[in-house]
Parts: sequence; structure tokens; C-alpha cells
Amino acid sequence: MTWLRGLRARLVITFVLVGGLSVVGAAGLTYYKAQLNLLTGVQNRLLKDFRNRVLLLSRDVALPAGDAELALLAEDLEVGDRKVYVVKDGAIPGDARVTAELRARVLRRPELAWQRVTRDGVPYLVGGSRVMLSAGGTPSGITIYLVESLEQAASDQAAVLSAAQTAALPAVLLAVLAGLLAARGVLRPVADLDRAARRLGEGRLETRLPVRGGDELARLAGRFNETAAALERSVGELREMEARSRRFVADVSHELRTPLAAATAVTDVLEAGADRLDADAGTAARLVTAEITRLTKLVDDLMEISRFDAGAAVLNLNEVDVGPAVAACLRSRGWSSDVTVDLPPDIRVPLDPRRLDVIVANLVGNALRHGAPPVTVRVRVTGQAVAVEVADHGPGLPADVLPHVFERFYKADAARARSEGSGLGLAIARENALLHGGDLTVAPGPGAVFTLTLPRTRPAGKAPARPGRRP
Amino acid sequence: MARVLLIEDDMNVRDALTLALKGRDHEVESAASGEEGLELLARFAADVVVLDLMLPGIDGFEVCRRIRATASTSIVMLSARGDDFDVVGGLEAGADDYVVKPVRSQVLEARIRAVLRRTDSVPSPVETYGELRVDRASLTVSRGGRRIALPPMELRLLLYLSAAPGQVFSRQQLLESVWEHDYLGDSRLVDACVQRLRSKIENVSAEPRYVQTVRGFGYRFGPV
Repeated sequence: MTWLRGLRARLVITFVLVGGLSVVGAAGLTYYKAQLNLLTGVQNRLLKDFRNRVLLLSRDVALPAGDAELALLAEDLEVGDRKVYVVKDGAIPGDARVTAELRARVLRRPELAWQRVTRDGVPYLVGGSRVMLSAGGTPSGITIYLVESLEQAASDQAAVLSAAQTAALPAVLLAVLAGLLAARGVLRPVADLDRAARRLGEGRLETRLPVRGGDELARLAGRFNETAAALERSVGELREMEARSRRFVADVSHELRTPLAAATAVTDVLEAGADRLDADAGTAARLVTAEITRLTKLVDDLMEISRFDAGAAVLNLNEVDVGPAVAACLRSRGWSSDVTVDLPPDIRVPLDPRRLDVIVANLVGNALRHGAPPVTVRVRVTGQAVAVEVADHGPGLPADVLPHVFERFYKADAARARSEGSGLGLAIARENALLHGGDLTVAPGPGAVFTLTLPRTRPAGKAPARPGRRP
Repeated sequence: MARVLLIEDDMNVRDALTLALKGRDHEVESAASGEEGLELLARFAADVVVLDLMLPGIDGFEVCRRIRATASTSIVMLSARGDDFDVVGGLEAGADDYVVKPVRSQVLEARIRAVLRRTDSVPSPVETYGELRVDRASLTVSRGGRRIALPPMELRLLLYLSAAPGQVFSRQQLLESVWEHDYLGDSRLVDACVQRLRSKIENVSAEPRYVQTVRGFGYRFGPV
């Protein structure tokens, strides 16, 4: 029962316990006092009165007296609904309320004995005393019994008890209400805090709590706000730093482009002239040309990944038949004879042909460079997606490398620090896949198996074109 | 060999491209700004303008529009790589094709050759489609009796499409046949050219009648 562990239940239970105990205690004490005052008071008064009368009367009695005299004496003593029996010691008055036990006690002791007896639901006080002769306390041989109803006193007492009970129920209800109110007062801020903490956890760092009053909960809310503000500040700074560093990369690539544009334009001239130069100069010219080509590729890739980071990559969707598009990609790079293809016709998908070309060229290029033949490219429909699978039959990728292949500049083999690629190819391929609302995954096969999945319908809710960033 | 006007503000890039194009037997004039380029164009009858978009003073887009307004010179843009905004803007301004900087001279050469490819005139009867008259002998197009001046690529696109009325061509097919791109090219070239062509031959307020879009596939001419 988890709700029992809740703050609300605990508060209500505590209030009810405290309220209930107070009511019960107060009622109990009242009842106890009432009993003393009402029942015992009446009883004591009666007994004292009785004792006095017995003393008073005993002087006038001539001993030994006859039964008629005794009956007369009893009549004298009877007041109201009090019943009095005057009998010889040891005789039994004809009244069931005078019990044998009382009679025995009366005979044993010189003073007054009494007992409370209930008959037919009515409480009675039954007293008995042997009458002593005033001189020296010698027994006169006469015993007086008294039977007095305590009904009035008992009903008064019952009234007190019922009053206490009547008061107890509203008091407990009041305690429940007070408990709920107190719980609300505490729980509302706690619930607010709970909600705010969840929002904060979801990344909405601007979340703040209203601070009401000056109690502990208000201080807690204040502390929460300070913490959230500090967190927001730190995260803001981190994001700003990250954005700055990304902007820096974009700016650097941009700046590199103009000198590279000049250098690239003349690489063909340099290459053509290399043969006419002497051996060393020719080698140098060819080396410079090759490195400029590499550098250009690297800067291109950096620019491309910067655009993804800036959210400036634009998707130009066309309904494209995937099979011929893949075939065209392979053909344009002269790979058609190196790759085994399985390209079913008429699989039309909304995609950006240039980006598909980038992805397929990267995957097949990697497979041809690092894997072993045969390299296969398969296109197939899987439910709501189209999968382009590029596999080679080389040794594959080690298990510890697989999770990292899409990371930027990740090199599986430290010794092969200088590969032909920029180290960004797979990262860019994956970004391109994600931009389409698809994915690019890698799995171990006989070699390495890369699978590009593209949705067959346009990605919903995603604006395909965002305004590009002007340089 | 062609007469190339190069408009590029960076001196080294300008020199390098001039060197590279001259090495490929082109006759090259170069300008460092749009104003200078436009002035030069008036004197130097260029076959093609190679135009950088980011220029001081009037920018490449404006230069492009001004060239298109007066001459049917072919225009190849020098675009910052993949800055799509530039590409779209340049194509809308009337550029026929674009290359991405840094560019190897052989790539630029291929693009220049493609846009300059002469449309062969064929002796054939004048074709009439509704109000549109296409004369493949004189390579002229007129609508409602009025001659329409079409820049080379737009004319080539129209001639290619109208040679097979009713047949649907994918953007990729058009890129390969009209622009001679031999790889998965940028279909926005086709879309932009179709838009420019339509603005000249179609009734602007109505649905396109001659060059129709086939959703999900490409374009077709007519049927009228």
C-alpha cells in the first residue's frame, strides 16, 4: 500500500491520532470526574445520611424489639423510593437485591458495609449495618439494610459519556480535515518542486519556482531556483563555447577555401608541366598536386559537417528510383565492374540524389579500399523503409571499433593515421542518412556490412529546407 | 576554344583560373568586380561568363541578372561549396550551371564546354504547338507571332523536351542529356531552368501548358 507511505496519508494519520487521542483523553478524564462527582458523590451522601439515621434511631429502639416494631422502624427510615429492612441479626430480608455476600460482610464488620447491585438494568446501592448500642458499641442484635436506586445518577453519568462520544466524532473529522489542509499546504509546494525538477531534467533549464512565504519549503524553492539558474548559466556557457568552436571550424574552412581555390585551379597546369621538369622538381610538383587535392577534400568535408552542425544542411527531395541512382553513382566512379549489385527496379523513394550519391560513394569507396572483394551492393524494401546494404568480404571490423566508426576523425588503426579519406566520410554519410529521416548502421558480417535505411515516405513534421547560412 | 570572361575578386584565384583556362586554349579576359565585368562584357564578346557570386560592389546575382537582361551569354557560377542559398539564388538569376570552389580546371572546362555546346540546327519544318512556334532550322522560338529570345540552355531544354511531346523525362535524364552532367547532379539546375523557361513561354497566370510537371517523375512537353 504505497499511498500509506505518501506524505498526505502520513500527515492525516498523524492528525487523526493526535486529535483522536486528545478527544478520547479529554472525554475519559471528564467521564472519570463525572463518575466521581455524580455516582460516588450520590453514593457517599446516601451512605452518610443512612449511617446518621441508623445512629440516631438506634438510641430510641428498645431492645430486644418485636417484628412489628422493627417493621415500624423500617417504615420510619424509608424516604422517597428508598427501601429499608430492619431485621434481627442473621435474618434474611425478603429482597433479592440484598445479597448473601453483603449479609456476610455486615455480620463480619461492626461498621456499615455496602454493595452495588444491578437488577433489570437499574443500578442500586445496597447498604447494611448492625445497630450498635451507643454504650460501648455492643451489638443490639438488629441489622438494618437499605436499598436505594442510583438510576438518576447513572443516567446523568451516561449523559456525560454520550456527550463525550458525540464530541469525539466531529473532533476526529476535524482532525482529518486539518490534516488534509496541512498536507495540502506542504504538498502543493512539494508537487510544484517535483514538477519543476522533472522539467529541469528534461532540459528545460529556464524552469523556476514561485517563492511564497519564508518557510522551509520557500527556502527550498529559492535554493532550487538558484541551482537551476547556475545550471542554466553553465550549460549556456558550454553551448556557447561549443557553438564558438564549431563556428571557428566553419570559419577556418571558409578562409582556407580561397587560397585552395587558387591552388586547385592550377594543379592541372602543374601536373601537366611535371613531366617537363627534372626528376626532383617533377616529384615535388606531383606531391604538391596530390596534397592540394587531399586538403581540398578535407576542407570540403569540414565545411559539409559544419553545415550539419549549424543545422544549415538542406534536403532537396526528389522521387528517385534507388536502383538506377546507385548504379549511376558506381558508373560515374568507374566502379561498376568491381562491385556485385542486386538492384531491383522501381523502388521510388523521396531523397536528395546528391546526398545519396555521397553516402553510396563513401560506403563503396571504403569497402573497395579497406575490405576485400567481392564488394556487394544490395537494395531491398523492408516494410516502410528501403535498405541499401554495402558489404565486403574482408576481415571486417573489430568489435571494439564498430561503435566508433561514425565518429569524426576516428581511425580504426592508429598506424594508418594517414588514410586517403578525410576521416569525416562516414560521419558525413551518417548525417546525410539522418537528414533523410533514415539511418546508417554497421554490423559484422563476413566482412563489414553497412546498411543505409531510408523511409519510403517523406519525413513528416520536418521542414525539408531551412534557410542556409550566408557566408 | 572559347572567349571566357572571368569575374572574380580574389587576385590569386583570378590569376590561377586565368592561367588554367588559357592552358586549355581559351581566350580569357578577367575582371575584379561586377561593374568592371559588365563594362568589359560590352567590349569583349564573351561566349561564357565565369562569375563569382561573392563580389564587392554589385554582387554576382545582380551581375547575372544584368547580363541576362541584355545578352544571351552563357553563365557558369563559381559557388561557395554547397551554400545552397547561393546556388538557388544564382540559378534563379539566370545562371546556366555552377561549379563549386575550389574547382579543378578540368571540371570547370567540362562545364564550360557543356553550356557552350552548339545546338545543331536541323532542316525541318517549323513545329507549332498552340501559340508556340519552334523552328529547329533557325533555332528560334516565337509565341503568338512574337519572337522570344531564349538563352542557350533554356532553348536547348525546350528543343529537347519538344522533340518528344508527351514523353516524361526525369530530372536526372535531363541533367545528363541537356547539361551533360555524368554523375548524380543537382536537379535544381533543371527546376530553375524550367522556371525561367516557363516565365518566357507560358501564360504566367495559368497552369503551365507547354512544359508540364509530372509529380514524382519529372517534366514533359505538352501534349498541347
